[in-house]
Amino acid sequence: MSLVNFTTREITCKIVYYGPGRSGKTTNLQYIYGRVPDDRRGRMVSLATQTDRTLFFDFLPLELGSISGFTTRFQLYTVPGQVYYNATRKLVLQGADGVVFVADSQARQLEENVESLQNLQENLLAQGADARGMPFVLQYNKQDLPQDLVLSKEELDDALNFWGVPSFSAAALAGTGVFETLKAASELVLRKLSQEEPV
Amino acid sequence: MTEELNPKFSFETLVVGAANRLAVTAARTVAESPGAAYNPLFVYSPTGLGKTHLLMAIGQLAKQLAPQARVEYLTIDEFVEAHHAAVAAGQSEALRSRYAQIDVLLVDDVQFLTHRREMQAELLRIVQELQAAGKQVVLTSDCPPADIEDLDDRLLSRFDAGLLVDIGPPDAETRLAILLRRSEERAAEFGAGVLQAVAEFEVPNVRELLGLLNKLVAYQAVSESPITPASARELLAGEVRTQAPMTTGPAPALTATGEPFAAPPSERPDEFADFLSDVAHTVEEQVEAWRSRLGEAIMRWEAEGYGTGRLERLLDQDVPVSLDRVLRQFERDVEQLRSMQATMAKIDAERAEDPVFYDPDRLDEVDQLVQTALHEVGPPPGPSAAWALSSFVIGESNKLAHNSAQAVVKQPGVRYNPLVLVGPTGVGKTHLLHAIGHELAAHPGAVVACLSAQQLIDELVEAINNERVDIWRTRYRRATAFLLDDAHLLTGQDRTQEEVFHLFNELFDSQRQLAFTMGRVPREVEGLDDRLVSRLEGGLVVNIPSPDRELRRSIVVRKLHEDVGAADEELADYLAARPAESIRSVVGLLQRVIVAAEAQGVAPSAALAREMVEGAAPARPRVSAAVRTSGIMISPSGGVRSREKMVWHWPDPAQRVIEEMA
Repeated sequence: MSLVNFTTREITCKIVYYGPGRSGKTTNLQYIYGRVPDDRRGRMVSLATQTDRTLFFDFLPLELGSISGFTTRFQLYTVPGQVYYNATRKLVLQGADGVVFVADSQARQLEENVESLQNLQENLLAQGADARGMPFVLQYNKQDLPQDLVLSKEELDDALNFWGVPSFSAAALAGTGVFETLKAASELVLRKLSQEEPV
Repeated sequence: MTEELNPKFSFETLVVGAANRLAVTAARTVAESPGAAYNPLFVYSPTGLGKTHLLMAIGQLAKQLAPQARVEYLTIDEFVEAHHAAVAAGQSEALRSRYAQIDVLLVDDVQFLTHRREMQAELLRIVQELQAAGKQVVLTSDCPPADIEDLDDRLLSRFDAGLLVDIGPPDAETRLAILLRRSEERAAEFGAGVLQAVAEFEVPNVRELLGLLNKLVAYQAVSESPITPASARELLAGEVRTQAPMTTGPAPALTATGEPFAAPPSERPDEFADFLSDVAHTVEEQVEAWRSRLGEAIMRWEAEGYGTGRLERLLDQDVPVSLDRVLRQFERDVEQLRSMQATMAKIDAERAEDPVFYDPDRLDEVDQLVQTALHEVGPPPGPSAAWALSSFVIGESNKLAHNSAQAVVKQPGVRYNPLVLVGPTGVGKTHLLHAIGHELAAHPGAVVACLSAQQLIDELVEAINNERVDIWRTRYRRATAFLLDDAHLLTGQDRTQEEVFHLFNELFDSQRQLAFTMGRVPREVEGLDDRLVSRLEGGLVVNIPSPDRELRRSIVVRKLHEDVGAADEELADYLAARPAESIRSVVGLLQRVIVAAEAQGVAPSAALAREMVEGAAPARPRVSAAVRTSGIMISPSGGVRSREKMVWHWPDPAQRVIEEMA
């Protein structure tokens, strides 16, 4: 997928929210959906199970209108976090321009976070992409839980952020940190424009 | 007399947009290499668009890059004042010498020179002096030099000779960028869309734009409710000199409807609008990045003296171009120009300075020019017409050499490169070498150099004497094949060996065929440079031994057919049976028999030959102290030289052989 098409003057960015099950990826998208004016958002597609767990994936198209003469679209996806849906994750990850990794800040979820991060790296490598070269940000979600249950941003940075990418504390249910994360990811993706040979 | 440079006015704090990009890039170039690129640099624009900022930014960067450099910024008023003070104090000369020591002179507001002829002359003198010393001069004015009333023509032409750039009023995007930066610097925060609303006012200059911002900041400080885009428009509408905000045309995405998006039912600020504004800013920066990269490329190539029309035309384009590709192509073209210019310089240094060599859009023309010049220089010596591959008589002893030659002809530069033919004198090495040359020359566009090592040495000596070694070298380097006869004669000729070595490398690298003949295998030739030996040995070294009986017979039969029309079988058998070291000695003996037969009025026969060889007086020793019948001379130094091969210009070799034989 091409990020920028100079001929048709379109910019299309695909950002994938990745992370372990129940870390709050869908919540991020839902919050964004709720803040977008009606005329800017497409229909949010969410294929969920009875228990509100993402079975397939969420998809939120955002029409940002004409920016510097370019029709700009963002496509936000989430992947299902559960371990057994790896085929779906691979599918969703294909052609991603940037990845937001939503980690669950709870101390007892640390292992799941690490596993999911490793899984992300494997899936990217399998596609010939490298997490280090891809616009990538970390979000430490659920920071609003009681302090004794969650790890601090510094602790999570130590445990997960070995690439030194931008990281954000968040409480997606209340919306804290959601747009900060999205902004950072978007900026990284868009900044890659000038580095890549346009089509 | 000199104002301090205001540290706030640096390149970092300058907002670059389409209207000032050229000026900023030129300024940066000047600051980075004072005196080298555009001298003088003359920037003009209406007031309030950043001329002074630019001047100071140049000064600061120049100072930063070369802390010892003397940078002076002054306005024309200060210049006049200082001059008058110096005159009054009788210190004119001291002032002049002070100016002469400046490395970067920045003069603001040159338009005030109007009607000040004396000051104009003074400035002219300073500019001339600084320019001559390679120092940088940058000037600004509110109008182009030609519009400055009563400006001295000499000053005018001097300004025109440098670079004149203007700065236009900022466009909407630049206005927004300026507002964002300034409000950030002042830690002033506005609701989403407010600054966009301000940017919509088409103010004529940056100062007035900042005035609007000031008003907004002040209003916000006293206002109870936060400013909205609509209230900002309303507030500022009366302040702006020009028209109200544009309501038509492409407005920023954020305010496409002219109103902010409906705030969601929450106390949070409009996060989405904020996000959108961020994205818009980044996209704009990135999308426009190509224009600024292009501008920088233009500056760079212009500074190096190359025409950049092709790139400049792209700047006018709306749609971004695939810049990497364009710049790569441009760079390749410049490389090609440089290479062709270097070739031309070897032929004719003066013609190599023709402006056409600096215009990448005229590559074809340049190519034509160089080709013509090369043609004038003349091709290297080619193979002799006397030796064709078809007339090369093949036997068991020279079959391998013949097959190798055919392979070379079929796939020059690929199969056997170099081909080295080794053998005693008179076995047909030269014949085969020239034959290869002939076949190769038949390829379209082929330039085959085929000559003896002695000829090469002599040519080089002559070229050195005439100081035309470059041309001599160029002549050979354009050859598509280089065939050198008697390469062992390079022994001890260090300079020629060096030239052959470089020539070898260049031709070999570009897969052009090389072939050599030698008396012995390269490693056994004393006095031949190791690097040449290894290169020659790295190809195919084929030995051509003395002719075997079958070959000797074939030669005799062919010769008899050519000379007397029919071959006497007995004579052929008799001559073939006699051992011979070379083809040349076989032919020599046969020639003597033919001549004797003609003298006696009989047909050449075995009996006559036997009588000549074995009968009567003992045959002349075949090898005398110095001369052989075949014309081979043995030089006192021990090297074998062929008289024939020592002749440089030999118009018709076939004719010459017959004459000598007769």
